[in-house]
Amino acid sequence: MKTSHSFDERFEFQGRAKTWSLVMIAIGVIGIAYGFLSGSGERTFSNLLLMGYYFACVCICGVFFCALQYVAQAGWSASILRVPQAFAKALPVAAVVLLVIIGSGLYFTHTGANEEGKQTVLPYLYKLWALKGVTTPGNENYDAIIAGKSGYLNVPFFLIRLVIYLASYSFLGSLLVKYSNNEDELGGMFNYNKSFKVSIIFLLIFGFTIPLFAFDTIMSLEAHWFSTMFGWYNFAALWVGGLSVITLTVIILRENGYVQWITEDHLHNLGQLIFGFSIFWTYLWFSQFLLTWFANIPEESTYFYKRWVPEFKPWFWLNIIINFLTPLLLLMSRDSKRLVKVLKVACIILIIGHWLDYWQMIMPGTVGPQSHWYTEIGLLEVSVFLGFAGLFIFTMLTALSKFNSLAPKKHPLLEESLHHHI
Amino acid sequence: MSSTKYILGLFDDPDEMMHGIDELQKNSVPIYDVYTPMPIHGIDAKLGIKESRLGYAAFMFGCLGGTTIFAMAYYMMVQDWPMNIGGKPAFAIPDFIPITFEWTVLFTAFGMVGTFFYATHLFPGRTPRVMDLRATDDRFVIAIDAKGNIPHEDITNLLKKAGAVEVKHNDRKYVSYE
Repeated sequence: MKTSHSFDERFEFQGRAKTWSLVMIAIGVIGIAYGFLSGSGERTFSNLLLMGYYFACVCICGVFFCALQYVAQAGWSASILRVPQAFAKALPVAAVVLLVIIGSGLYFTHTGANEEGKQTVLPYLYKLWALKGVTTPGNENYDAIIAGKSGYLNVPFFLIRLVIYLASYSFLGSLLVKYSNNEDELGGMFNYNKSFKVSIIFLLIFGFTIPLFAFDTIMSLEAHWFSTMFGWYNFAALWVGGLSVITLTVIILRENGYVQWITEDHLHNLGQLIFGFSIFWTYLWFSQFLLTWFANIPEESTYFYKRWVPEFKPWFWLNIIINFLTPLLLLMSRDSKRLVKVLKVACIILIIGHWLDYWQMIMPGTVGPQSHWYTEIGLLEVSVFLGFAGLFIFTMLTALSKFNSLAPKKHPLLEESLHHHI
Repeated sequence: MSSTKYILGLFDDPDEMMHGIDELQKNSVPIYDVYTPMPIHGIDAKLGIKESRLGYAAFMFGCLGGTTIFAMAYYMMVQDWPMNIGGKPAFAIPDFIPITFEWTVLFTAFGMVGTFFYATHLFPGRTPRVMDLRATDDRFVIAIDAKGNIPHEDITNLLKKAGAVEVKHNDRKYVSYE
């Protein structure tokens, strides 16, 4: 076994990767422009929110992955940490993009039908609780349930909360990256211990705020409805989606001749995490579904009612098939987790699968059913997805190319990671 | 003809034992088995041990458990005594899923323990068969079947040279019998 590697090699972001990520961004911009010009502004905004949220979640997952490894003092992952660190470096961009989308979705308005079917001026996003007069008794938009929730669910506090979540995740993520870079220069335990402390603080904040982040950005689209499972359900989606992107990035880097010290054993570990947390995601999905289905209380089951109309039902079931059965069948055996090709296919399927997961959380509550189930996902959805995927690849790989080495070369547990064997 | 059945090389260091395995393999001495007080990474591949089939047993037991309880719940809730629970149909599949999951896990867990006991002859109350008692304490033991054409002294010398602290020529396979 080769045990000495040159860690001084840097990632060069150029050539096809750069061209294609820019092409994807261009496709996204064209798609968004087409969406607005063709009059489906709300649908475009919903897609932007979907991908802004997905982009932010994947980057937050990078910070979460690093923090988890530091707190667990995990050795195996030391040699792959640069990849989630690059995600953490892309998080500020993702945060700003998400905030701009949400801010403009609240600011720009169009005329549409409110809850009672009357034509009125609605914001493009969060039309249920952010429209004017919703808390004023006597106003034609007055909604008693929303008015009762307005102490928490009002535009200024909503925006302040989002800024606080995203700023604290980005700041603590950037600290982890900074300490790791300093460690490359200095060595020793000083920076590792600091990372350990910052990770504890991050996990505390993350644990308390990530359900609220999901409640605010996604669940409040259907503000009449609530589910206490929703936060953890979204966390599971964040973690599985993020892990799939991390794994896919590692695999592609490896195929292109970088990070040769990452072996099947590391990929096996990542595969195990993806497999395990896909089951966890299913567990939460099912817990939310079973209780609602069994109790059958109208204000709870309205969520699933909206997803069981003919336009959404095939996608609703496809979601559980993709995100549960694929990892279950593809990644259960030890051998398949160690086969890079199988793992790669599973990651790609899961990345698309969790897009569908977020999609069916958002669309039925915003644009609602269109004409047929097969027109629900069209060119607009695909192009916005591609655009944000390109933006993610561009920012993440730019961040990765700024690192002086592709492994934290003086990480105290690096040697353990290089000899990782399972 | 000597009465030696097994030759045991006792090492006090796992790296030296791994070196011992290399030396024996280099000289084409077949190794019967290796006993260590702790798991050692990479030893399975080195000894060419076939991958465990416990996973297949686990899968089978899981399928058995899931099928058993699903059939049982179906018989009870649909065939034998259908009840109106919250106006739901008698054959309400989502309700069946938690118990099916639980029994799948239960059968898998107990089935794996049972299979493991069966495969390793480790039953509660039975004296385990060991070739050297210190292999469970602080010695790393390579066992070599003494039947074969290689002179026993050569094997002894090989083991000593590789760093064995003690080489035993045992007349009995196991030192403990039930």
